[in-house]
Amino acid sequence: MIRLHVNGTVHTIDALGETPLLWVIRDDLGLTGTKYGCGIAQCGACSVMIDGVVTRSCVTPVESVAGKAITTIEAVEHDPVGARVVEAWVRHQVPQCGYCQSGQVMAATSLIKGKAHPTDADIDAAMTNLCRCGTYTTIRAAVHDLAGAKGAAA
Amino acid sequence: MTAPLPDDGSAAEALPTGAPVNVSRRRFLMASAGASAGAFVLGFGLPINAARADGTATAVVPGTRVPAFLEIRADNTVRLQCPFVEGGQGIFTAMAQLVGEELDADPATFVVENAPVGPDYKVMVNGRRGTGGSSSVRTSHLTMRRLGAIARAMLLTAGAQSMGVPVGELTTEPGHVVHARTSRRLAYGALAAQALDLPAPAPDSVTLKDKSRFRWIGKPLARVDVRAKSTGRAMYAIDAHVAGMLHAAIQHAPRLGLEPGTIRNADAIRAMHGVHSVHTLPGAVAVVAERFWHARRAVEAAQVDWIEPADKTAMRYMPADFSTEAHAKLLASASGPGEMAETAGDAATAFAGAASVITASYQSQFLNHAQLEPPSTLARFNPDGSLEVWAPNQSPDAFLADIAARAGVAPDRVTLHSTMLGGFFGRHFKYNTANPYPQAIALAKAVGRPVKVIWTREEEFLRDTLRPMALVQFRAGLDAAGMPVAIEAISACEGPGEGIANKRGEKLDASALEGVTGKQYAIPHRHIAQRYVKTPITLGYWRSVGHSMNDFFYECFLDEIAVKGGKDPYELRLHLLADNRRLTTLLRAVADLSGGWQPGPYTAPDGSRRARGIAMSSPFGSETAAIAEVSIDQGQVRVHTIWQAIDPGSIVNPAIVAAQVMSASALGLSQVLCEQAVYRDGMPIARNLDGYAILRPDAMAQVHTRIVESGEKMGGIGEPGLPAVPPAVANAIARLTGKPVRAMPLSSGKGLA
Repeated sequence: MIRLHVNGTVHTIDALGETPLLWVIRDDLGLTGTKYGCGIAQCGACSVMIDGVVTRSCVTPVESVAGKAITTIEAVEHDPVGARVVEAWVRHQVPQCGYCQSGQVMAATSLIKGKAHPTDADIDAAMTNLCRCGTYTTIRAAVHDLAGAKGAAA
Repeated sequence: MTAPLPDDGSAAEALPTGAPVNVSRRRFLMASAGASAGAFVLGFGLPINAARADGTATAVVPGTRVPAFLEIRADNTVRLQCPFVEGGQGIFTAMAQLVGEELDADPATFVVENAPVGPDYKVMVNGRRGTGGSSSVRTSHLTMRRLGAIARAMLLTAGAQSMGVPVGELTTEPGHVVHARTSRRLAYGALAAQALDLPAPAPDSVTLKDKSRFRWIGKPLARVDVRAKSTGRAMYAIDAHVAGMLHAAIQHAPRLGLEPGTIRNADAIRAMHGVHSVHTLPGAVAVVAERFWHARRAVEAAQVDWIEPADKTAMRYMPADFSTEAHAKLLASASGPGEMAETAGDAATAFAGAASVITASYQSQFLNHAQLEPPSTLARFNPDGSLEVWAPNQSPDAFLADIAARAGVAPDRVTLHSTMLGGFFGRHFKYNTANPYPQAIALAKAVGRPVKVIWTREEEFLRDTLRPMALVQFRAGLDAAGMPVAIEAISACEGPGEGIANKRGEKLDASALEGVTGKQYAIPHRHIAQRYVKTPITLGYWRSVGHSMNDFFYECFLDEIAVKGGKDPYELRLHLLADNRRLTTLLRAVADLSGGWQPGPYTAPDGSRRARGIAMSSPFGSETAAIAEVSIDQGQVRVHTIWQAIDPGSIVNPAIVAAQVMSASALGLSQVLCEQAVYRDGMPIARNLDGYAILRPDAMAQVHTRIVESGEKMGGIGEPGLPAVPPAVANAIARLTGKPVRAMPLSSGKGLA
C-alpha cells in the first residue's frame, strides 16, 4: 500500500510501485484532468506538480512520490498562482482542443511560482509541452501577461 | 474527489452523454458547465428517443424541431445539442452564436453538447451530418439560425398568452420577451415550459435578421469551452468511466494483414498482476485488466506468432519489404499518360510553340495525424440488451450503423456518445482498421462487463491512417515575354478516398489532386492528371487533405516559373489573376498586412539574413494567401513570421477564425519543417513522439491574420489556413538560397538539395 498526498488529501493506494503516477491519478483516483499523450515524457500532457515543481507523471513511478505533495489540474486554482494562470488562459483564449492544456497550465504555474517575471529564454526552457493545435504563441502571450511584461517577443 | 473512485457509476454521470436525463443529472451538467448549480431546471424536454434514428425518421425535417436541440432553463441558461463535434475548431461557440443571434439569447449563456444520433441533426445542406471538410458552419448556418428564430417565435407566442397581449406588441431583448407599452418583461426561462406545448411555426414563416442587426454574429466572442479546458474539466473519450468497467490494452500485428496465432507466453501473461483475461482479436491481441497499466504491461509482454494471410489481395496488406524510400522511387518511376483530372486549351500545341520549357519533380511525405489524445472507446452492453459506446468520431451516423452491425444489436438499441475530441485533423472518421470501437465491442461482449480500450501512442502510430505521399512531375511552357502559357502536372499517388476504398474508384479521387487542380491562375493551356499508384499504407484525411501537399507543389513550381521568366513572384501572381478581383484583393491584402511586398533577401535588425515567400490556395470554399519570412542559421531554417489573408466570404467569429489560421499555420509549418512518417521493413520507424517530430514551441512563428469578407458564398475555416503556408516558407527559402525546395520536410535533407 502506498500513501499519496494529492490535492491536500491523503489516499492509500494499492498499486504496483512501478505504476506511473499518471495512471494512479486517472484510474485509481478518478482525476481525469491529467492526460495521457505519449507515455514517454515527450508531450507533457501528463504534467502535475510535485512539491511545487512540474513533473511528467507518465514516467514517474508512484512509489517515488509517496509522501510528497502532488497537485493536479483539479486543484490548480487552489494555488494563488495557479488561479492567476487559469484566468490568463481564459483571458487569452488559449485552448483549442484543450487536451494538452492541463499540462500547459501546470507548466506555467510551476514556472511563475519559481520566477515571477520569466524572460523569453525562461519561457523557452520551461514551456516545452507539445500542442498539436499550435497554441504556442498564445501560450507565450498569456505567460508574458502573467509576468507583467509587454506582448510576446518572437 | 477524496477517495478511490466508487464503482457506482457516478463518474459516468459526468459525461455529457445527451442521453435522457433526470433533474439531478441536469443539475450536475449545469454545475460542470459552470452554470449556477442551484437553479431549478424547468424547460424544454429533450425527446431524444423520438429523435433517434427509427421508423419515424421520414417525418423529420432536420433542424426544425426545437426541443431536440434546445432546453431553456429556469435560470435562463440555454442547453444546445450541437450537430457537429467540438475538437478545438470552436464549433460549439459558432453554433451558440448562430442560434443565439436569432433566439435573442446571449451565446455566453449557452451550455453546448454533442448531439446524439438522429435525423433532427442532419442539418447540412446535403441532408447529412459529419464534422469535416471545414463544412460545419457553411453548410448549416441558415438552418441553425432558423432554428433559433423558430424558438424565439414560440417564446413570443407563449409570452403573448401569458401577458394577455397581441404577439405583435411583443419584442425580445436578450433572454427576455418584452412588452414595451406596459414595461413588462418575462424571462425565457419562465416561458420555456409553456412554449414547449405550442405547435412550432412553419420553418419558412420566420424571418431571419438582416446582418446589419447582428448582435453576436461577426463578433470575437469568447469560446464557451475555454474555462473547462483550462481547468481539466473537459471530458474526452479517454476519460469515460462507468460502473464495473475493465480496461484493455492492445498489441496490434506489426504489419497490417497479419493475424494472431499462438501467444507463446499466454499463461504467464494471464498470471500477471491485475490481469482479467487475454484475447485474440482481428489483427491484434488484447489484455483486459482492472487497471490500464496492468493491461498495458501484460499485452506488451505478449509473445505472439503472427500469421501471414492466405490471400494477400483480399485486404489492405503491408508486405515485409515495404519502405517509404522504395515507395518514393516507385512513384518517380510511374509512367504513362495517367487519368485526366483537369484540362483546358491545347497543352500539346502550346508546349510545341513555347519559347522555353521547364520541368521539375516535387514530392511529399506520409504524415501521421498525431492528435494529442490517443484513440479510445468504452463499450457497455446493458442488461436490457442495449449497447452504449463512448467513442471519438467525426461522423456519428456512420459510426452508429457500423457499431450496430458489428455488435448484432438493432440500431435503435445503440447509443453513441460522441465525446469532445482531443484534436482530430481528420483522424476520427470511420476507417477500416484504425478505430478502436470494434475491439471495445468485442471485448465487452467477451467479458460480460464494460470495457474501455485505449491505444497507446505506439499502437496509434502503428494503425493511424496517413496523409498520402505524392510525386508530381511538372512541365511549364513560357512565351517570349516569360509568361506561362501552358502547364502540365502529373501526380503519382493514391488519394485518401482510394486508399480507404482500397481500390481505384469509378471516378478520380478529387481529394488526391485538389490544389494542383482548381488553381485560379490564367494559364490558358492546362493538363493535370493522376497516375494511380497503390500503397500498402492505410490512408486517411489529414487537415486540408489534398491541399496540404498539392498547393505546396504547385505554388513552389509557380515560383520556378517566375524565376525562369524573370518575373517577381508576387507580380506574376497579380498578372495571372488580373481578371479575378476577389483574388487580386486578397493578394494585395496579404502584401499590405506584411508591410508591403518585399521578397529580399535583406538583413533584419538582429543581423540575420532573411527573405520572404508568397503562396495562395483555394481550399474548402475559401481563398487564402500567405507570406512567410525566413532565415537560415547554420543550416537550420527559422520561420519568423507568417502573414495570412483569408477570404471565407463571410464569418461568424473573427477571433476563432484567427485562432484557426494560427493553428493551421502551425500544422503547415510542422509539415514543411520536420514531419514525416518513415517505414522500413513494412513497419513505421517511429512509434512515438520521440521519433516522429512535430512542431515544438520554439519553432513556432508569429502569425498575423487578416480576414477579408468578400461577401461571396461562405467557405470553410478549420483547414484553409494550412495549404499556403508550406509553399510560402519554401519559396522564401528558395529566395534566400537560390535553389528551389522540391520536397517536404526540410529536415529530410532532400528539400534543401
